[in-house]
Amino acid sequence: MRKHRRKHVAAGIAALAVTVLAGCGTSATGDDGADGDTTTLTVFAAASLQGSFEDLAEQFEDAHDGVDVRLSFAGSSDLVAQVQQGAPADVFASADTANMDKLVADDLVGNPQDFATNTLEIAVPPDNPAGVETLADLAAPDVKLVLCAPEVPCGAASAKVEDAAGLDLQPVSEEQSVTDVLGKVIAGEADAGLVYVTDVAAAGDDVEGVEFPESDSAVNTYPIAPVADGGDEQADLAQQFVDLVLSDDGQQTLAGFGFAAP
Amino acid sequence: MTLAFAAALPARGFDVELDVAEGRTLALLGPNGAGKSTALGITAGTLRPHDGHVTLDGRPLVRAEDGRTRTWVPPHARQVALLAQEPLLFPHLSVRQNVAFGPRSQGAARRAADAAADRRLAQVGLAHLADRPPSTLSGGQAQRVAVARALAAEPRLLLLDEPMAALDVDVTPELRQTLKHLLAGQTAIITTHDVLDALLLADEVAVIEDGRVVERGPTPQVLSRPRSAFAARIAGLNLLTGVWTGGGVRTPAGEMVHGHDPGDGLAAGAPMTAVFRPAAVSVYLDERHGSPRNTFRGTVRSLEPRGDLVRVRTDHLAADVTPQAAAELSLTPGTRVWLSVKAAEVDVYPG
Amino acid sequence: MRVSTGSTTGRTGSTTGGAAAVGLPRWAFAPAAVGGLFVLLPLVAMATRVDWSSYWSLVTSESARAALLLSLQTSAASTVVCLVLGVPMALVLARCRFPGIDLLRSLVMVPLVLPPVVGGIALLYTFGRRGLLGETLEVAGLQIAFSTTAVVLAQTFVALPFLVMSLEGALRTAGARYEVVAASLGARPTTVLRRVTLPLVWPGLLSGAVLSFARALGEFGATITFAGSLQGVTRTLPLEIYLQRETDPDAAVALSLLLVVVAVLVIAATRQGRPGRSVL
Repeated sequence: MRKHRRKHVAAGIAALAVTVLAGCGTSATGDDGADGDTTTLTVFAAASLQGSFEDLAEQFEDAHDGVDVRLSFAGSSDLVAQVQQGAPADVFASADTANMDKLVADDLVGNPQDFATNTLEIAVPPDNPAGVETLADLAAPDVKLVLCAPEVPCGAASAKVEDAAGLDLQPVSEEQSVTDVLGKVIAGEADAGLVYVTDVAAAGDDVEGVEFPESDSAVNTYPIAPVADGGDEQADLAQQFVDLVLSDDGQQTLAGFGFAAP
Repeated sequence: MTLAFAAALPARGFDVELDVAEGRTLALLGPNGAGKSTALGITAGTLRPHDGHVTLDGRPLVRAEDGRTRTWVPPHARQVALLAQEPLLFPHLSVRQNVAFGPRSQGAARRAADAAADRRLAQVGLAHLADRPPSTLSGGQAQRVAVARALAAEPRLLLLDEPMAALDVDVTPELRQTLKHLLAGQTAIITTHDVLDALLLADEVAVIEDGRVVERGPTPQVLSRPRSAFAARIAGLNLLTGVWTGGGVRTPAGEMVHGHDPGDGLAAGAPMTAVFRPAAVSVYLDERHGSPRNTFRGTVRSLEPRGDLVRVRTDHLAADVTPQAAAELSLTPGTRVWLSVKAAEVDVYPG
Repeated sequence: MRVSTGSTTGRTGSTTGGAAAVGLPRWAFAPAAVGGLFVLLPLVAMATRVDWSSYWSLVTSESARAALLLSLQTSAASTVVCLVLGVPMALVLARCRFPGIDLLRSLVMVPLVLPPVVGGIALLYTFGRRGLLGETLEVAGLQIAFSTTAVVLAQTFVALPFLVMSLEGALRTAGARYEVVAASLGARPTTVLRRVTLPLVWPGLLSGAVLSFARALGEFGATITFAGSLQGVTRTLPLEIYLQRETDPDAAVALSLLLVVVAVLVIAATRQGRPGRSVL
């Protein structure tokens, strides 16, 4: 599992590098279609979609001869900033509606459609040293709890859940990203952390997930949309990719990574 | 005896035995790399001998057997002060603080240390510079402060590592005179290339070549009858003896020799020696006048090549001149000449 | 014969009035200017993005003040730790000869080339709850994880090589000759260190300390990996900047400028305090 992930990361970095380099050119997309045989579809996706979208991209390439899907993963807000600066994206998949709305407001994307949801889960080290069973257990003073900072989406979701449950959580650290929270739990530095279901799934045996009913109060919805820029052919291809994500096959792939249907 | 030294350091091809009696000064003469500095280093405690021992006043400073050090007194506890080529005055301390460094480090109160410093500075004639930073001193002044600093530490043994080597030639006679005064009664070892240092400052001379002592004995004896190549090469100074007249030395032949002022307290009629190098002597066919000069009449007895120069010998003096000068003057044995030497080039000392 | 580089430099420095830059080819000015711009332009570009009307309120917000205060406190603390550990390290590296010392010197410099995140991970495996020393420390009642101590440890880890390198260089340039003289005057090793060695290398020590402070002030990767991020406890200014970037880019830019200003002030203050040319 871990080896697999590392390969994905490498692929993601390579894709990003290519994207950045391509961004230096004058034409936005499909500029390497010059050889006439391959068409490139560039997909910008939230970092949490990495595993699932790599699978989806493979499926898409299998189904479309001569199409090369380039994936670029980063934080949703970073990707929005890149698209606003004219980065060559054909499809944008966001981890939240707020970031997608920014591009909608700028008229840079087509009609967004929700394609997945994600909810929070408690991540604990495999041996669960603090014996965490419920959300309320996190409020115990001797539990070293790590959350996302309220400034970032997962932290906002955590705050929502906290409010809904009427709890006052005292984290020992408010991390920058889900990855950082997960890292602290995996290392055993923290007894528990609030992360997304998909993150627990991706971490495999390194952490254990504890579901809790209050997670319903903060459901994160993932919208996807074709980026308005680009020729007809590109727009067509982009729409086809969006359709794949929304199809039964696509939904099944996403479910395999822990996402729920919208 | 005060210092007994017998040490070997095979890695440097060094194997030397020395001793210095209480209150005496030993000059170590020898070419570069002969082992003079190694001897000082082992005595001061900056080098460990492979074999041997160093004893000062009956106290072992170091004793080693086959590379293993059996006894070791750290440098700071040896009561052996070191005066190097360069003054190495601590740049962040004033002149007085520099000189007071030794007493302070040995536990003296600030006031007592400062008083000792001022006394030593007066001895080297620099009391008026006490509050100056070392960077404002001339090279000669700085080295004299360094001498005062070394003596203020009241060492049992003073090591002088070519103390004049880094100085301008025109300030060395002054420092030599200062040392002459201050080394009286001080047990010391001085390393030097310069036979003048040995002659003026040392009671005894040891010549070191290739890490071995090749010759040693009382200074006049070694220099007047050199047996080693090095001693022979560096000897050959012009040496005139006479009596003090207040302004100079009068030789039995009636010649007056003016030189560096040897200081106060000399009674007229005291026996004196004047020394100068052949290289400092100029040769003329007629008499030259000028206050700072000493002139001597003579007849050329021999001419011999000496490196790039020609050594001209008269009955009792020698001069080194260039071959061109020898040719222009048409010097041959029998030529009547005037020899001239500046007073500043002449060292005058009692004895 | 044995002319120390120090006195040579000093002499060159003292002949300033109307000195000509001998040995400086004219073409060197162009790349030098480009280099200068390369450093300065991004700072200027950042300054142009600052929303000056709200600047003051942004940098005096509660979280910003807490972050700045924490940064200054932890950087000062880690500079002290760097001095306490780094001065002896530099002395050993500069003055001792024993087998393996070259290797040791290289290893000490590793944090310089290590990505700070890797440093953070290494610290985690050392001082973390499940780290090499973590359990021992926990038994002793010391909890380092998520504490301000962890921030200081992370900063010290990345800053220490700067102090050691700078001081070791100064010690080598100064040489041991003054120390030999001082010892021969009867000064014990500790006295030599206090009254001769350290005063002689004072400029190198000062610049090393300033570099360490500046490095600690800018430390991000090791801190976020090892110490976590909590306002007033572990969230230093760089972490605050990175976090603010998510929601309030204006605040991030304003705080970045504040960090630059603080760093420049620290460096400028110590430059001013330096007594002209160094004695070394």
